[in-house]
Amino acid sequence: MAYSDFIPVNVVTGFLGSGKTTLLQRLLHSPSLQDTAVLVNEFGEVGLDHHLLQSVTESTLLMDNGCLCCAIRGDLQGALTELFDQRERGDIPAFKRVVIETSGLADPVPIAYTVLAEPILQHHFRLGNVITTIDAINGAGQLGEFEESVKQVGVADRLVLTKSDMAAPDDVARLREELQRLNVSAPIFDAAHDDLSPARLIVEDLYDLKGKMREVEYWREQDDHEGHDHAEHDHGHTTGVTSFALQFEGALDWTAFGIWMTMLLNRHGDRVLRIKGMLNVAGQPTPVLINGVQHVVHPPLHLEAWPDDDHRSRLVFIVRDISRAKIEASLAAFNGLANVEVAADRVA
Amino acid sequence: MCGLCGILGGRGHWTETATNPEAFAARDAVPTVQRERQGRTALVNRVLDHYGLKLKDWSGSNYVLKGQTGKSAMVDNLSQMWAEAESLTGRDFDPLDDDLIAALNAKHG
Repeated sequence: MAYSDFIPVNVVTGFLGSGKTTLLQRLLHSPSLQDTAVLVNEFGEVGLDHHLLQSVTESTLLMDNGCLCCAIRGDLQGALTELFDQRERGDIPAFKRVVIETSGLADPVPIAYTVLAEPILQHHFRLGNVITTIDAINGAGQLGEFEESVKQVGVADRLVLTKSDMAAPDDVARLREELQRLNVSAPIFDAAHDDLSPARLIVEDLYDLKGKMREVEYWREQDDHEGHDHAEHDHGHTTGVTSFALQFEGALDWTAFGIWMTMLLNRHGDRVLRIKGMLNVAGQPTPVLINGVQHVVHPPLHLEAWPDDDHRSRLVFIVRDISRAKIEASLAAFNGLANVEVAADRVA
Repeated sequence: MCGLCGILGGRGHWTETATNPEAFAARDAVPTVQRERQGRTALVNRVLDHYGLKLKDWSGSNYVLKGQTGKSAMVDNLSQMWAEAESLTGRDFDPLDDDLIAALNAKHG
């Protein structure tokens, strides 16, 4: 079975009171998400009415080495295994997707690690989009005060701004800017004004044909945006979290890239919240897509064709206290070992 | 750092093209697994040289990492290797280290 055929697991996360359950309730009404099993960490004030709903109690099994992001979430390991067994036995409908709603202070990365690295789950499930809700009234304060909130934004594939109709427009605009600075790779949706399509938020991801193309298109738009306003998105303010997109001329050597990235994640994985990229790999006629969350790297994918004549590699980094210049210099030095010319082409 | 990180069990490591056919099926020339491992070992040794370590392929299934004092460790993939390298030497293996970057640049002029 192709990896893209595995059962996607989506994570809906966000700070306390940021509207996770309301969003989920809205999305689950869509016919396209009818065959979805839902796991929630706690039943909140907003009730979810769904036929395949289970509650789990967060429990994290730390690895011996104590690496926090490489922790198996024991509750999810058990719940997902049990769900899959019930599905296989025909005890429950054959769900095609799982959505996990986290508690407000949850770190989404161990969930990603559990799905991608747990010995049994990794053969049946894959990680889908991580959707993070941010409250327009309290979001800015939470980002300034709580590490968890910054991380939830940093690892997101989609950001959903909630309660913007109750906040001052200037505050909403500033919060949007801050969100974009923290995570240049995630589209921002406004729950009060945008059509929150389940397709765009949940179904379309890097493993979905349409989603792959959309993702690449979005990265291109961000390149244009960066080039237009000359911003590097690396004003981490008090959090130290920065996000930036790099473009590289010439082909990358895949072996050298793998050596570099594994070394980077080994030493700095706790500070690399996210890496996403479309790479021009030497000897490979089509782009290779990579996707990593802290120490956890998804299996690479390819795009069926280059979208246009621009064949530069693009890498989006969301990091804490790591400079863009260092990453550029380091990757170029490693790639140079394979005698393949690579020149970082800053958009500025 | 975590030796388990990046290991995706039976699916193979993300850096290996042979175990990720969905990404690399369209390659112009598909290297054999053995040839890919040889290429990886040769290239990574150019980095490990900076730290006095050496990696050798072990029967096409594992790798052996050896230090100058004779200490060695068996590893499955690159992610495990960096963690073991730090453990064997007690040093940080930092790809952003200026000295390492300068040393690598000197290797390819």
